[in-house]
Amino acid sequence: MNPDLPALGDEGSWEQFREMVYGASRRDVLRAIASDSLELPQLAALLSPAASGELEAMAQRASRVTLRRFGRVVVLYTPLYISNECANPCTYCGFAARRGTPRRTLTAEEIQQESSQLLDEGFGHVLLLTGEQPKLAPVSYIRDAVASCHGRFSSVGVEIYPLDEAGYAQLVGAGCDALTLYQETYHQPTYAAVHPGGPKADFHGRLAAPARAAAAGMRSVGIGALLGLADWRVEGMFLGQHGRGLKHRYWQSRLSIGFPRLRDEPGAGLALQSLSQRDLVQMITAMRIFFPDADLVLSTREDAAFRDGIVGLGITRMSAGSRTSPGGYSLEGSGDQFPVTDDRSPAQISEMIAGKGFEPVWKDWDREFLA
Amino acid sequence: MEDSTLTDALVFAGRSFGSRLLLGTGKFGRPEQLSGAVEESASEIVTVAVRRVNLEDPEDPTLSALDPERALILPNTSGARDGEEAVRIATVAAAIVGHKWVKLEVTPDPDYLLPDPIGTLEAARILVERGFIVLPYMNADPVLARHLEAAGCAAVMPLAAPIGTNNGLKTIDQIRIIIEQASVPVVVDAGLGAPSHAAAAMELGADAVLVNTAIATAGDPPAMARAFARAVRAGREAHLAGLAGASHRASASSPLTGFLGEREA
Repeated sequence: MNPDLPALGDEGSWEQFREMVYGASRRDVLRAIASDSLELPQLAALLSPAASGELEAMAQRASRVTLRRFGRVVVLYTPLYISNECANPCTYCGFAARRGTPRRTLTAEEIQQESSQLLDEGFGHVLLLTGEQPKLAPVSYIRDAVASCHGRFSSVGVEIYPLDEAGYAQLVGAGCDALTLYQETYHQPTYAAVHPGGPKADFHGRLAAPARAAAAGMRSVGIGALLGLADWRVEGMFLGQHGRGLKHRYWQSRLSIGFPRLRDEPGAGLALQSLSQRDLVQMITAMRIFFPDADLVLSTREDAAFRDGIVGLGITRMSAGSRTSPGGYSLEGSGDQFPVTDDRSPAQISEMIAGKGFEPVWKDWDREFLA
Repeated sequence: MEDSTLTDALVFAGRSFGSRLLLGTGKFGRPEQLSGAVEESASEIVTVAVRRVNLEDPEDPTLSALDPERALILPNTSGARDGEEAVRIATVAAAIVGHKWVKLEVTPDPDYLLPDPIGTLEAARILVERGFIVLPYMNADPVLARHLEAAGCAAVMPLAAPIGTNNGLKTIDQIRIIIEQASVPVVVDAGLGAPSHAAAAMELGADAVLVNTAIATAGDPPAMARAFARAVRAGREAHLAGLAGASHRASASSPLTGFLGEREA
């Protein structure tokens, strides 16, 4: 990596990356699309306004790279919300502390019941989610939930509040192979504005958490920005920097990147700098070209037509049939985190993927790796 | 005309196989493309990733595209970070498939999936000790090939280029040495992107090749499988026939030693 670039989390890096992105020319874009060794300046070109006119060429390259590295497959996973208790007042989130959202933390029996439903639907990959309320959903609770799912699913991931390395090691020991932890935004002033209190106000503590998980032996580490909070093009640069840093130091962990997008719709949260579907395609294809081997993940926040169209362009993992409240599958759900836009069933999503000539994959890991 | 491939079987651990093309089963978009590719390749050994297939489920889409009567289903340990994990995965797979053949893969780097020589050798020793027939994926390192053979592996499987790159025989010089030195079959694995690459490996004297990405991601996978099968056969036949050495100019007989005449003969 270019040694002149700022260290992750440096105050001045936002402006520096912003200049790189907005200074890129069409010529830079064409060279980046054709390049075999991309560094951050080439990523800047791919994320730039100048690249928006070259979207088809980017999509072609992203599609070729994805085909070669992953083949014609999309892995399906399902979120399982086990607690929506939360001490954070994040302005964009349905679980935020001050909202009147009904709260619930699933018991061990309820987790089993929800799991059974998801297993019946065919899922082998489950992602356990919580809000941030360690008093009501402590690490030991999450660890027990992981352990109970480890015996039943082939892969168990978590999307939870940041832990220390020992906390992550406990989860890995219980059979957790994947962490997702979005920074939400890498723009520190925006981060402070949308996280006005609670433990999540600690920008740097959160930023360092994926590395702690990797250090604890987590096999897959997922990062992302909640697109719409700040300029997505610059967020993309930070994802590139953060991801490269993780790959460099923790080369045995797989990198994954998610693309949650806030929109100006009732109930969808507060989008400060919204981006279009076209912008999102630019972001996804830029990330695929920059990270040929990373898992790129798309949730049911996006609508059916977009999710259908993006198959083959770089996305390798999709959720399906998601419910975003604890108990949402088999119990009486309470309090959604965000609205699901693609509400098709897992079977319908699987059929859609197959209809596009791709194999819907329900299992791409085996619990025996972490026995 | 006699088909020389019928009398020229590939033998691993005492078992004969009629085809010298091994097929990987990942990356196919549709089960019918996989079954079509198996059919057209005439492969008698197909590898399956334990991480990907549900070995216990007869309706698993990959497994149901395969016929264990026609081809040996060879579990691989893809995804194993160290030797210990690979041994565990191999053991679980053997209990389900009912045989102890395994393609050993220890790939701690999840991006390039390059094989770890240390973990591979450690796992190979343990698995051989426990009665497994071990076919190890390895970098094209002649010294490592010697060690794996000494550990009791039934073959060595050096890579031609990093997996999925389709770059062809990038490691040709080392593979040439491995072929020269090995007394177990040498299977060139990973990186072969075109039938011509496979033919070149076979001409060089490789005993077999393993192909996945180049077939699975081709426009028409079954047709590409057929093309690879023919190339492998052509390359094998050329090797057996004895390739004439290439030369760029005509050579006079004994231009430098003609002065010796017949006296000393």
